[in-house]
Amino acid sequence: MNTLIAATDRWYPLRRSAEAVLAPLVALIGAAVLFSIFLLFLDASPLDFLDLVWRGAFGSSFSLQNTVQRAAPLLLTALCVAIPGQLGLVIIGGEAAVVLGGLAATVAALPLINTSPIVVWAAMAVAGSAMGAFWIGISGWLKAKLNVNETIASLVLAYVGLALFNHFVEGLLRDPASLNKPSTYGIGDDNMLGTVPWFDVHPGLPVGIVACVLCWVLIYRTSVGFACRVTGGNIRAAQLQGLPVTKLILLACAIGGGCAGLAGAIQVAAEYGRANASLNAGFGYTGILIAFLARFNPLAIIPMAILLGGLGAAGGLLQRRMGLPDATIQVLQGLIFVSILASDTLYGRFRWFQPGATT
Amino acid sequence: MMDSVGTVLLAMLAGSLRVSTPFLFVSLGECLTEKSGRINLGNEGVLVLGAMVAYATSYETGSPWAGVLAAAVAGLLLGALHGGVCSLARVNDVAMGIAIMLAGTGIAFFFGKPYVQPSATLLPGIPVGFWSDNAQVRNALLVCPLFLLGIAAAVALHWCFNATRVGLRIRIVGDSQDAALALGLPIDRTRLLATAFGSALAGIGGAFLSLYYPGSWNEGLSSGQGLMAVALVVFSRWNPINCIYASLLFGAAGALGPSLQTVGITWGYYLFYAAPYIVTLVVLILTARGGRSLRGMPGQLSIGR
Amino acid sequence: MPVSTALSRRHLLQSTAGAAGLAAVGLSAREAQAAKDLVVGFIYVGPKDDYGYNQAHAEAAAMLKKMPGVKIVEEEKVPETDDVSKTMESMIKLDGATLLFPTSFGYFDPYMLKMAAKYKSVEFRHCGGLWQADKHPMNTGSYFGYIGMCQYLNGIAAAHATKTKKIGFIAAKPIPQVLINVNSFALGARSVDPTITTSVIFTGEWSMPVKEAEATNSLIGQGIDVVTCHVDGPKVIMETAERRGIYTCGYHADQSKLAPKGYLTGAEWNWITVYKQFIADAQAGKPIPNFTRGGLAEGFVKMSPFGPALPEAGRKNVTAVKAEIMKGGYSVFKGPLKDNKGNVVVAAGKSLPETAIELESCNYLVEGVVGSIG
Repeated sequence: MNTLIAATDRWYPLRRSAEAVLAPLVALIGAAVLFSIFLLFLDASPLDFLDLVWRGAFGSSFSLQNTVQRAAPLLLTALCVAIPGQLGLVIIGGEAAVVLGGLAATVAALPLINTSPIVVWAAMAVAGSAMGAFWIGISGWLKAKLNVNETIASLVLAYVGLALFNHFVEGLLRDPASLNKPSTYGIGDDNMLGTVPWFDVHPGLPVGIVACVLCWVLIYRTSVGFACRVTGGNIRAAQLQGLPVTKLILLACAIGGGCAGLAGAIQVAAEYGRANASLNAGFGYTGILIAFLARFNPLAIIPMAILLGGLGAAGGLLQRRMGLPDATIQVLQGLIFVSILASDTLYGRFRWFQPGATT
Repeated sequence: MMDSVGTVLLAMLAGSLRVSTPFLFVSLGECLTEKSGRINLGNEGVLVLGAMVAYATSYETGSPWAGVLAAAVAGLLLGALHGGVCSLARVNDVAMGIAIMLAGTGIAFFFGKPYVQPSATLLPGIPVGFWSDNAQVRNALLVCPLFLLGIAAAVALHWCFNATRVGLRIRIVGDSQDAALALGLPIDRTRLLATAFGSALAGIGGAFLSLYYPGSWNEGLSSGQGLMAVALVVFSRWNPINCIYASLLFGAAGALGPSLQTVGITWGYYLFYAAPYIVTLVVLILTARGGRSLRGMPGQLSIGR
Repeated sequence: MPVSTALSRRHLLQSTAGAAGLAAVGLSAREAQAAKDLVVGFIYVGPKDDYGYNQAHAEAAAMLKKMPGVKIVEEEKVPETDDVSKTMESMIKLDGATLLFPTSFGYFDPYMLKMAAKYKSVEFRHCGGLWQADKHPMNTGSYFGYIGMCQYLNGIAAAHATKTKKIGFIAAKPIPQVLINVNSFALGARSVDPTITTSVIFTGEWSMPVKEAEATNSLIGQGIDVVTCHVDGPKVIMETAERRGIYTCGYHADQSKLAPKGYLTGAEWNWITVYKQFIADAQAGKPIPNFTRGGLAEGFVKMSPFGPALPEAGRKNVTAVKAEIMKGGYSVFKGPLKDNKGNVVVAAGKSLPETAIELESCNYLVEGVVGSIG
């Protein structure tokens, strides 16, 4: 019935989009109000706070670059959660895919460092993504074949992956000259990715945006993506329909893990130049938050990653100017996250947004 | 050689008694919540908040037991928030759990800053090993009262699920929403209370961390114990008594790394430190039933679908 | 040895003018006023109040805040990723900082070097790094303290207190800075009684309280009765050891309050010496040294006061050796010295004073240490 009305209600898609933008916006404002009350209790000025967040995150070209730079790896790690999320899977072990992807990329690059940067980058991208795809793929395989819960499997595997990473970086693969910060051998200055022209931002940002767009196309404009969404809606119905659920699970986990592994590879090629503990900087965990905030929509990941990147960028300024501890940003993030998720309940509550409301 | 093996085994026994309590409390709390058909990943945040509140309260009042109580209350409130928000239509409990985790740790770190430095009064241990002349044995058997409380809670919870009306109601709500509706059971209220009390238990687990072992408050205190407890519930098959064994096993595996090093085995210490996770993974795989739900798993659990 | 470019008055004026310009477009009048001071940025990898590494720096920063003409800006828990570049840049651009102290080892390469190339009028001094004139920009530099000597003295104190002849060391990672400390501690103890063994446990992480407590308990289970450490925040180790009734030697900062009964003495940083000097140089328009190292004699490190548990003989011994060290040229690593696998690491007749470059790449555990690297 609804679909029938929807077909005749030309403005419904627009109103639906408006609902998808308005609900989180209301939630953001709600979180801001709650946080202001929190600040007032602490005798801090919410206006100063907002001013500093604006200045630290978006107010100048430097701040803006700071924000998008921080957002770059998060775009890819959020996809690691969002793509399997289409199938109703909750993968929270992206951190291990990042570090192991970065390590694999470095190992692949080392024999090639005297060839050409293009060859090195290609090898790193392939090795990093493959490693990430493999690692998250394990969780997918366990889910598809043995029905082991993927959330728990990916979490446990994240700890195992980090242990393997540390074991190799500080053992077998360690460059003895990396004295007080154990690291692998470097890929060499010539093979480092530069910055994007006119911007002080590394290529991880455009790569991440392209990946988000491609994933959006995959999910919303291809039959595979449609099959994924059907499976996510109801796995038993999908099986009855004869959809290859096992293959879809493996594919989604591999794509997601590949994105996270690529993030690790780019971090090495653009920032660190070698694999070391810097890879383990929580990109995978922040990616989880972003994916949920974006409701697993790959395009919505972009603004959400920028929002969290901006909060990170402003955090330092808040410490320095207002004397607030670093955990302030975490409190704010928690509030934003709780209220945006709670706002999910607003969907469908208001008649005006529904099909046929204005006809 | 035999001497070294003995040392490692004794160290693992002592280690499992020391380290397992927070896992026990969080897994019991999680078990209660999941029995009602909801999952709460936020117990990691509850654990951290509980640790901070317990330490701060003990420092301010001088009474560690007041700290334990305060931690339980803090957990209750955070759990009620999770339970309340998840009662709203279309709110995803897994995602909300992660939000609660973030909010809980954020609040704990923010208000915990002034309590990193001072030393609070800690909980005293009970010398169960008083009969032994061996100082090592005596120390291994110095048991925290919270550990005994945790065992009592596990037994009580087990009895509650199997022999009381309340337990039956929780199980019905968790197993089949339709049956609960048909019986006129208050689904949202049951889940709200189960989540709140589950988090109160997790809060006590936090109190153990800050007031007994390691007995200090700082930001690195929890290394994911609250999250791992969710895994422990799965391999305890939602049975509170099994939660005890699972926590002890996990604690013993965690003591492997340091105790091997004291006898001179330093190679691959990262891998030994990962032992508890590897054990968890292996158990998960061994107990998995391809294509079918696990025995004991509440039917309404979102992670089961 | 200190080769350096001048942080000239002109540079200083330029950068403050830049900051003032920035103030005109965005900052409030109050901040513009503050911009006339020398703005110094401190960056810490962990929390400022960890009773350890970061606190040692933050305490010095807190003392500097009282100096006239200086404004201190601080940021804690900054990871060793591009985040730290952005923090430095933000301090330069938004706060007008002209002297930066990134205090964690991993900040040096590539982050600080990259920022130094980009902001040539800003001075960067890094804690722990190895600045080399032919490799690194002239507006960068490094400073560090020879704290191994203090661990040697800790070892002497431990040897006088131990009854089981087994002492322990809880270490984060087997890197040179840590291994020098482990070896110095063991050598100090063996200088008193060569039968003493030192068990070492690596936790693998700079800050992991539960693992550190577990390591302490494991050591005690082995019969160890004196313990020291090299992790970022020693609080849990000191408290656990005190509760179990064994002796402790501190590290990074004074932890005697945490272990009033068992605290023997401790190895502490004394960063204020370095920072005061650097800031005085900057304010006077003099060049800030590029490579600064110092030990007990220079006041870069110091020992905690003796605790009540250290016997009189131990006090005398520590005081006497300390006096020797203060004279300069003292060597802890003296040949013939074997590692714990039996290989000779320092040949007979050779000795390595604290300044020896060979120690910066130390990759062995000396004889008498139980444990192995990786």
